Amino acid sequence: MGVMKRVTMVFRAKANKALDRMEDPRETLDYSYQTQLELLQKVRRGVADVATSRKRVELQINQLQQSSDKLDRQARDSLAAGREDLAREALTRKAGIQTQLDDLQTQYASLQSEEEKLTQASQRLQAKVDAFRTRKETIKATYTAAEAQTRINEAFTGISEEMGDVGMAIQRAEDKTAQMKARAGAIDELMASGALDDMVSGPHDDIQAELDRMGAGHGVDRELEQMKAELAASAPRQIEGAQPGNSDGASAQPASASSAADPTQAGEPE
Amino acid sequence: MIVRILGEGQLEVPESAVDELNQLDTALESAVERSDEASFRPALAALLARIREVGSPTEAGDLRPSELIIPRPDATMDEVRRLLTDEGLIPG
Repeated sequence: MGVMKRVTMVFRAKANKALDRMEDPRETLDYSYQTQLELLQKVRRGVADVATSRKRVELQINQLQQSSDKLDRQARDSLAAGREDLAREALTRKAGIQTQLDDLQTQYASLQSEEEKLTQASQRLQAKVDAFRTRKETIKATYTAAEAQTRINEAFTGISEEMGDVGMAIQRAEDKTAQMKARAGAIDELMASGALDDMVSGPHDDIQAELDRMGAGHGVDRELEQMKAELAASAPRQIEGAQPGNSDGASAQPASASSAADPTQAGEPE
Repeated sequence: MIVRILGEGQLEVPESAVDELNQLDTALESAVERSDEASFRPALAALLARIREVGSPTEAGDLRPSELIIPRPDATMDEVRRLLTDEGLIPG
């Protein structure tokens, strides 16, 4: 019979069952219209839910991207400081975050497409619900119950099919959103627990701590060197100044030159 | 004749295309019945492609029911099977 015919029969059977339950179809039209409005509300909520989830994933993507960028910087800094081991560690962590990022980006695209489809479904349903309302008023105003039945069948079957389709789309979107929420929740938990945080930021960022320590170490070394140089430069001058009878002209000379020129001074203890 | 692509909406398809669509549909059905994943995906894609090629979208407020309904393009074989046998897949 074919897949399409069989699927259609399933949809028809569902519409027919609902039609069979109607006594005076004109009254039931109002009830059906109410159901349509409820579904319309539901599909709009669905669109909003998917959008919320999409934004949450977007936020996480941004956070992870920042972390990834930071690790990249740290790897470069480490390498520049000659610490290949630290650079390797930073890049390993970056790779771990990249895996999460790739996964989130896939989810983001999927949610975006779901949001689009649901928005379109909402618009299609809106158009049909509007058409149904017009048809319903005409039928109620113009026809007797018996006549109305045949008039209603087509419109009812048509809108019932649309509602079935939209209903499936909503369910699908809900499933996807639920899956996504679970994953986003897991990543949020990971961030909150500090496991991810420890890797890339805050006081527990050991790569940064090491880089900072190295940076501070270099500073101390530089300062020490500077101090030594200063001391070395001024020490002979102090010795010269302590010498009694030393002339002003001699102290104005460069310290190294004067100490090298006078062998007696060079032999003295400092 | 009106054909619905689930998740996308309805298309008006000329009667002259029906035989060809039925042939493509038979291939799809046999893939589902044999649980042949390898031929299921291309069969569904071929059927959809042909419907889109010959069909044109109906008016938004058209309340006519469809004569044929085709699963959504990314439907899995399992979803299609449930559409055929289980009314539970259609909510409400």
